[in-house]
Amino acid sequence: MSSSRSGADRHTPGTMRAGSGRTLDGMDDELAISVRGLRKAYGDNVAVAGVDLDVHRGEVFALLGPNGAGKTTTVEILEGYRHRDAGEVSVLGADPAHPDIDWRSRVGIVLQGTGEFDELTVAEVIRHFSGFYADADDPAKVIERVGLAGKAKARTHTLSGGQKRRLDVALGIIGRPELLFLDEPTTGFDPEARREFWELIRDLAAAGTTIVLTTHYLDEAEALADRVGVIAGGRLVEVAAPNRLGNRQEALATVSWRTPEGTVESAQTATPTAFVADLAARHGGEVPGLTVTRPTLEDVYLTMIGHSR
Amino acid sequence: MTTTTKPATPVTATRGRRPGAGALALRQGRLEITQFLRSRESVVFTMGFPVIMILIFASIFDGTIGGGVKFTQYFITGMIATGLMTVSFQNLGIWIPVERDRGVLKRYRGTPMPKWVWFAGKVIMVIVIGIAETALLLAFAVALFDLDLPGTAGKWLTFGWVAVLGVTACTLSGIAISSLARTARSGSAVVTPVSLILQFISGVFFVFTDLPTWMQQVAALFPLKWMCQGLRAVFLPESFGAQEPGGSFELGRVALVLALWCVIGLVVCLTTFRWTTKRDG
Repeated sequence: MSSSRSGADRHTPGTMRAGSGRTLDGMDDELAISVRGLRKAYGDNVAVAGVDLDVHRGEVFALLGPNGAGKTTTVEILEGYRHRDAGEVSVLGADPAHPDIDWRSRVGIVLQGTGEFDELTVAEVIRHFSGFYADADDPAKVIERVGLAGKAKARTHTLSGGQKRRLDVALGIIGRPELLFLDEPTTGFDPEARREFWELIRDLAAAGTTIVLTTHYLDEAEALADRVGVIAGGRLVEVAAPNRLGNRQEALATVSWRTPEGTVESAQTATPTAFVADLAARHGGEVPGLTVTRPTLEDVYLTMIGHSR
Repeated sequence: MTTTTKPATPVTATRGRRPGAGALALRQGRLEITQFLRSRESVVFTMGFPVIMILIFASIFDGTIGGGVKFTQYFITGMIATGLMTVSFQNLGIWIPVERDRGVLKRYRGTPMPKWVWFAGKVIMVIVIGIAETALLLAFAVALFDLDLPGTAGKWLTFGWVAVLGVTACTLSGIAISSLARTARSGSAVVTPVSLILQFISGVFFVFTDLPTWMQQVAALFPLKWMCQGLRAVFLPESFGAQEPGGSFELGRVALVLALWCVIGLVVCLTTFRWTTKRDG
């Protein structure tokens, strides 16, 4: 998490709200996104089956889920691209089904698919898009920021997959959005490019931008998000801070060790420290092959999306 | 603790000014023209095609069609009309599906750009390229085949409104037909046969009155025939009007049919235009 933010408070909206003594209006003010009972079907295929979701201003929220879980449909409804079948949606205080120019200029969008301008250069595309916004950022600065300075004069069709994605991000942030949507932004990135991209997201978040990103990378959600919503089968299975997902912290720990006969024993316990102390006493010293583990985020996640299938 | 719940920094306080509507449209037009000129296929096939065709036709048919009027004088009308249709109808009908498929249109929709600005950009591009291409065609025809340019202001005026109405009708039809193509590649499969057939039946490659009557009647339903006819009134002597199917150049009817196509095209555009592909919802 970024050093300039204390994300911990956001992980527990209940306590946060209690502390702020808000009115109903005040609460709306804190919310960048509010969704109730969102539904969307394509023919017989129900893509989103009743999603409730709040995203606070200044928060980094990750929608995590397998392919086909309803991430993109949900996000594209919030972006004003798709119409919902049912439910209430408010994004920056307006209904995205009827986006106006002012609303559009406050929302930045990085789509999953790239829209390519093969005949133009990176700088030309970014400069052109900056003209759509009243308060656009400096194109040269944005090019620098996404790491395309060396490619500013290159035609976009000569860019690599990762570089094209950076251009997408540049176009998403050129208007200095209050709210930025990123749909699977790092697909196709090499590990180094991902780290750089994460830094960029942390910078934006530190500057107060609300960020909603979808991803199917657990480490990405864990590294960036204040809260993670796990979506599977069109439903939000759980919303929590990454380290609290699936009650990970309270989950039973697994202690395992090797017996003198060479077989591996294991036990699940809520009090691993006492258990290990007891084990050590019984062994009269070092316990051979001792490990204490808790479920990883991946374990928790796989259980969650497994349950909903 | 409550400090973290404060709204994002108030960016609204520093908002500057967006370019005005006219400036936005001009920027968009300039971008479209740049994209067109940098795409070699577009330049060669859209701008070069009518010039190549007039070179071929004027070389094959170097005689007269009677009354001392050169064949070139007749065929130039078809080539101008074809050129205008290529730059508007064919160009848009082929490229818009490509842009839709690539996600360019979807990306524009996600910005505060007013929708009409995008259409205005296309129209500006069509007009500029159309004028350039027609000028090129006329220059070649005058230099190589002694084409006689219209001699009166009235004829130039007719040239002007026939071209403007024709291009408008073809532009709107091109945008309209772009929604028929499901993928980037099917754009040219949809548009090319349509324009090729129209060229054959509308008197671009043959003298119109030599065509079978039923073919003339089918052609009369579409704009290209009327564009050719209007341009014949510009490039042929008045007396040739008697040879037209209607006994004159029927400029009133030319205006009416082209205007009707503008209305049809506009209605179809407004009701069917898609910014995203079908699979995109």
